[in-house]
Amino acid sequence: MDAIKTDGLTKHYQVGFWRPRPYVALDSLSLSVATGEVFGFLGPNGAGKTTTLKLLMQLIYPTSGHAEILGSPVGDVAVKRRIGYLPENPYFYDNLTAEELLVYFARMFGYSAKDGRDRASRLLDDVGIGAERRFQLRKFSKGMVQRVGIAQALINEPELVFLDEPMSGLDPLGRREVRELILRLRDRGCTVFFSSHVLSDAEALCSRVAILAKGKLAAIGSLDELTSVGSRGWELVVAGLGGETLTRLKARIAQSTPLGDGRFSLTLPPSTIPEQLIPDLVSAGARIVSLNPLRGTLEDVFVEQVQATAADRFSKKVAS
Amino acid sequence: MRSIAIIAGGVFRDSIRDRIGYGLVFFSIMLMASSFLLAQLTAGQDVKIIKDLGLAAASGIGLFIATFFGIGLVTKEVERRSIYSVLSKPVTRTQFVIGKYLGLVLTLLINLSIMVAAFYAVLWYLDLTTVSSAKTAWEAPAMDPQMLKAFALIGVELMLITATAIFFSTFSSPFLSVALTFAVYVVGHFGEDLKNLNSIVKSMVLPFVAKGVYYVMPNLSALDVKSAVVHGLPVSGTSMLLATGSCLLYIATLLVGSVLIFSRRDLK
Repeated sequence: MDAIKTDGLTKHYQVGFWRPRPYVALDSLSLSVATGEVFGFLGPNGAGKTTTLKLLMQLIYPTSGHAEILGSPVGDVAVKRRIGYLPENPYFYDNLTAEELLVYFARMFGYSAKDGRDRASRLLDDVGIGAERRFQLRKFSKGMVQRVGIAQALINEPELVFLDEPMSGLDPLGRREVRELILRLRDRGCTVFFSSHVLSDAEALCSRVAILAKGKLAAIGSLDELTSVGSRGWELVVAGLGGETLTRLKARIAQSTPLGDGRFSLTLPPSTIPEQLIPDLVSAGARIVSLNPLRGTLEDVFVEQVQATAADRFSKKVAS
Repeated sequence: MRSIAIIAGGVFRDSIRDRIGYGLVFFSIMLMASSFLLAQLTAGQDVKIIKDLGLAAASGIGLFIATFFGIGLVTKEVERRSIYSVLSKPVTRTQFVIGKYLGLVLTLLINLSIMVAAFYAVLWYLDLTTVSSAKTAWEAPAMDPQMLKAFALIGVELMLITATAIFFSTFSSPFLSVALTFAVYVVGHFGEDLKNLNSIVKSMVLPFVAKGVYYVMPNLSALDVKSAVVHGLPVSGTSMLLATGSCLLYIATLLVGSVLIFSRRDLK
């Protein structure tokens, strides 16, 4: 069963006071997240990540489309018992202590005050809040509030947890602790859906990612699929290659770099299939030294997808 | 019910630690205590002044807390985004609104009880330090239990003001909500005048509009028995029950309206 499923999820806002016009915050988002996955929801600022999370939490209502969480429509109270949510830049009640806040939330899940205190204590230990747990939240720094926010999202041992920019405001140690926490959640079978624009976090944690740009889904897949073998071409090192052969095969080679001792490093574009080029090289007397795929990083994919979406929008605007 | 009680408990805990709330209650107690000194300057009117000031302080401070805290209940949660964490828990928006309302009502009633205790303490001291011959000039005894009726109706009024503040805050800005809530308070206290406007104004339209407003607005003048109890006049239980019943109905309507509006609202 899918932990999350969205189908054509769209959200328009009205902007402008005198002449209201629709602003498309999210445009026909269709995706599914399998149970047990750590799913990264990536995109630049204003891409629609938080809008999606708000729609999934039913904090806002979709203009069109439909979403399901754990097989039930969003907003179902029974489903809310099984999920956790960390909002972006969370804010809690100033006059409560961290411990009281967590007990307050635990009681909403039906835990007794004593069980709530036990759970709160354990979770605050996990997120690195020590004696400060008895301070009122007004005295907490941004990073400490973020840690409390993570703790409250896990108060009910959720099957599925939504984390909106979980690393925001954390110091390097805190980021590392949260990464370890997410991995521990994955190990106990919890599905984690987290939004971020920090790609290194996604690369370290996610089994699959989606890239959102200007409210549209630009790419989705596993890290291997997105940075797939051969998608950026190949690097072929050959020896004994004559200048004449090089000129003849120029159209199929993106770049050639002499390495010395008669060896060349040939960069092949994705359109060139190495298995078809190699026989031609061998028949021309060349010797194959090595063949390696050129792998892109998630950052490369991210930048490409975001720029492509922006260019597509611009060309559509010009055309209209 | 459990979720409503938990949310109400959260509001209560949060608001009793709010320094502004403390300050206001402290201010009202000081006002009541200082009325004792003011009363010394008058001959025979001392108990009346203390009662007038005490009841006015309880009502005024309560109105201030009910309006500003009531509006903040929803708006502050939405503006500061603390509502996101709450509504992601097994809590419906209906439970959220009702829980918030009951939490503030609980705080207000406890604040009111503290003010009543302070009020009676001042009157008890006055009673203790006044010679018997001077007491004969009093319209009603200092420790008159009738005043509890006025406090009870102030409590009902504050419950209605809180519901009004929440209702307006579900769809308008905090500033507009304050203005509208105060407008309801003022117009509500002129209920009888609005109803009988045709006997004062010679116009066809105005009395008709006034009557319409009278039927839409809560009749808060029916809850105002402060003057009667200060002068030792009787306040019938039936009129109290009728006034309370109609206000409870009005509160229920406002809360249903608040829930309906808030349930459809995007929390951006």
